Amino acid sequence: MAQRARPLSPFLHYRWQYTNTLSILHRITGVLLSLGFLVLVYWLVAAAGGPDRYARALDVLGSIPLQLILFGAAFAFCYHLLNGIRHLFFDMGRGFELATARKSAYFTAFGAVALALVVWFAVRAGLGGAA
Amino acid sequence: MSLRSPLRRVTGLGSARGGASHWYAQRVTAVALVLLGLWLVASLATFDGASHARVVEWLSSPVSSALAVLLLLTTAWHALLGLQVVVEDYVADKGTRTVVLLAVKFALAVAAVIGVLAVLRIAFGAAA
Repeated sequence: MAQRARPLSPFLHYRWQYTNTLSILHRITGVLLSLGFLVLVYWLVAAAGGPDRYARALDVLGSIPLQLILFGAAFAFCYHLLNGIRHLFFDMGRGFELATARKSAYFTAFGAVALALVVWFAVRAGLGGAA
Repeated sequence: MSLRSPLRRVTGLGSARGGASHWYAQRVTAVALVLLGLWLVASLATFDGASHARVVEWLSSPVSSALAVLLLLTTAWHALLGLQVVVEDYVADKGTRTVVLLAVKFALAVAAVIGVLAVLRIAFGAAA
């Protein structure tokens, strides 16, 4: 049977731009935060296991590789938080004007980096250098 | 909850699945997590270093332990809804997709229950 040319999926012919960058980052940070959830549970289980177990867990979390991962988690948290709020406004039908959407996009992207530094240092200080 | 109109239900047209409830639950949990997430970060920031006693003191308060349990359950639910969409978008094969979705659901359920029990153990003074 002869097949007519079918319409292409948007991702096959759309130009890459800031809107879809923010969108895919929301997905990626969401998946990363699901892994961060497991770290939170690990921390709680360690705390439930008593002082020694807790101290050992903080040593693990304070190691360099985990510090890098946790900074990534802090960024993922802040980005997903800010962009999530941005999307809640979209869901209410607000913020779709090009100028507004662009402004909120920049605010989300740079705000997430700044907020991530604040969160990381604050939590790190709170947990004695092991957050 | 069902967000399908009575007409849709009667005619039997449209999606037979739970798209609207899924969409709505994702947003309700999102709003809850804005508040619970900020609460968690603010709480951790007030801890004085690596003290285990401080964590125990924190979760001994009924308000803190209740919010911690809510945070764990809401996060697991929100993550489940989100990961489900990601899996459904990228895993084309129906058999593989079912297996991956089941694995995601089981993993989140196990993690959430373990987290809740850890919080309760501390809240009821069994971790001092």
